[in-house]
Amino acid sequence: MTNISEAFAHGKAFIPFLTCGDPDLETTEKLIPALAEAGADLIELGIPFSDPTAEGPVIQDANLRALSGGTTTDKIFDMVRRVRRKVSVPMIFRTYANVIFSYGPDRFLKTAAQIGISGIIVPDIPFEEREEFAPECRKYGLVQISTAAPNSHHRVHAIAEQAEGFLCCVSSSGMMETGSSTLPGIGAVMQHVRAVSDIPCVVKGGISTPEQAEAACRQSDGVIVGSAVVKLIAAHGRDCVPPVSAYVREMKAACRRAD
Amino acid sequence: MSNGRFGIHGGQYVPETLMNAIHELEDAYIRYKDDPAFQAELTDLLNNYVGRPSLLYYAEKMTKDLGGAKIYLKREDLNHTGSHKINNALAQCLLAKKMGKTRVIAETGAGQHGVATATAAALLGLECEIYMGRLDTERQALNVYRMRLLGAAVHTVDSGTATLKDAVSETFREWVSRIDDTHYVLGSVMGPHPFPTIVRDFQAVISREIKAQLLEKEGRLPDAVIACVGGGSNAIGAFYHFIEDEKVQLIGCEAAGRGIDTKETAATLSTGRVGIFHGMKSYFCQDEYGQIAPVYSISAGLDYPGVGPEHAMLFESGRAQYVAVTDEEAVQAFEYLSRTEGIIPAIESAHAVSYACRLAPTMRPDQILVVNISGRGDKDVAAIARYRGEDLHD
Repeated sequence: MTNISEAFAHGKAFIPFLTCGDPDLETTEKLIPALAEAGADLIELGIPFSDPTAEGPVIQDANLRALSGGTTTDKIFDMVRRVRRKVSVPMIFRTYANVIFSYGPDRFLKTAAQIGISGIIVPDIPFEEREEFAPECRKYGLVQISTAAPNSHHRVHAIAEQAEGFLCCVSSSGMMETGSSTLPGIGAVMQHVRAVSDIPCVVKGGISTPEQAEAACRQSDGVIVGSAVVKLIAAHGRDCVPPVSAYVREMKAACRRAD
Repeated sequence: MSNGRFGIHGGQYVPETLMNAIHELEDAYIRYKDDPAFQAELTDLLNNYVGRPSLLYYAEKMTKDLGGAKIYLKREDLNHTGSHKINNALAQCLLAKKMGKTRVIAETGAGQHGVATATAAALLGLECEIYMGRLDTERQALNVYRMRLLGAAVHTVDSGTATLKDAVSETFREWVSRIDDTHYVLGSVMGPHPFPTIVRDFQAVISREIKAQLLEKEGRLPDAVIACVGGGSNAIGAFYHFIEDEKVQLIGCEAAGRGIDTKETAATLSTGRVGIFHGMKSYFCQDEYGQIAPVYSISAGLDYPGVGPEHAMLFESGRAQYVAVTDEEAVQAFEYLSRTEGIIPAIESAHAVSYACRLAPTMRPDQILVVNISGRGDKDVAAIARYRGEDLHD
């Protein structure tokens, strides 16, 4: 079993996100070892959902591309099972509650644990609803990643106290995609977290350049980059492995500069 | 308030970035719902602006023609803006104003909730933006212009299937990006807690009035209440004060579209399964992997792949019954009520009229059936003409 804490054992963590099956599962299967090789400390694998309400347009489109190509939860499990034999990088699934609920939380989380997935991050399961899948996560030893936002205010304490693995800190109350050069609100969130917990905190949202990654890592333990990676995949399709690898290498180097 | 659950249904399945906003809304609602000044202001608006109470009309010709139960029509179509949607839109806009919000946003399917929200915003001096699926802006072009006339900005939603569910998703996204000054006026008894409770309470005026009006006219309760169900706001409004009266049969009519044995349907309780989407646990039309299914109905207002969590509970407990009505049956009822009573119902409401036509003849003449006419059908005339093969456009 791969432990999430390994992702934070080598300095500031760089965590790329990609949607499984975008543009197809064969490409995803090649991308995962390439990202690990390029320095990804943990990989967030999106299982596509028809209505990804918490994503901006870039990742929404990736979800629809993956689904229209016939990607299913079972096919993703098969792909991860194969790729797990080649890589040791920790991997977590990011998907929506209905994908897990519909598959059956027990069956989904049992399978995820068996194929070497370390945790789940479910954007439409907030702190208050985490018991929806918590019993099965505990049963199979999966970590349920929590999120804190600048507008979580007093709730950040409770969220941080119960957080496991790492805490995902959204860098603005909006779902900003790539572009902004500042990370509003992160300082305050980190302050609240650090008052109650020393759990690793990673920043998510609004990070696309090495400069932004370095700046975010100076305030945190790492970054998650989603839409910038997905944009590269969209632009290069099946030929995306070299450009995405190069990008990850550059971003991981930027994170290292903040060590 | 309940903890947001109706049996196992309901809850607050939303991103962390929205939690603070829905907690703030819940706090405000708890503070104002029993506040006499708020209620007095709302009642004044409902009576003097919306035109409440709406009539409970004895449909004598329909009753005689069908030859069974005595049929009453609850005339929500006579409300200002032409549907029940104004009850909730006006109340939520008033609440938003009390919360210090200066801007409201809303989704709309048929356009009735968008028009109602734009109207309430104009009256109360709030900035207003409406999100509507592209397909629906085409089906309901007149309502789009109506919203603009009322001072609202209308955003066309192209994501997903470009219908009501996508408009809801987009409005939630917009809310996340601008929570401080903005309230989301959700139009149905769905979404995360506290919306299903707030919208139900603001629509419950319908059953409160039916009860009082029928007691006055007939000295008794109805035997059955029938309403159409998309998300389910007019139905829960028409059912609510009868839930405890177990002898009153409650019947919700879902949109079967081209039939519940086809993929072109929006009959959630007839064809869906329990799931988690749009902030709530309830029933949804979905595939074997939990992907939300594209739904279809001739009615843009019933064209939604889910149903409110309280309906899910009433369905499971058997307290309410849910039936499916096809496009063709709804269109026939649309024409029938127009011809028989001189009342053109919304195509949504025509689904309820259709089932009433099926049920009434099986009941005795001393029994009473109430049909909620949730809206008026002017908006649908061109679409029905096209359905009947006439080349008519708004």
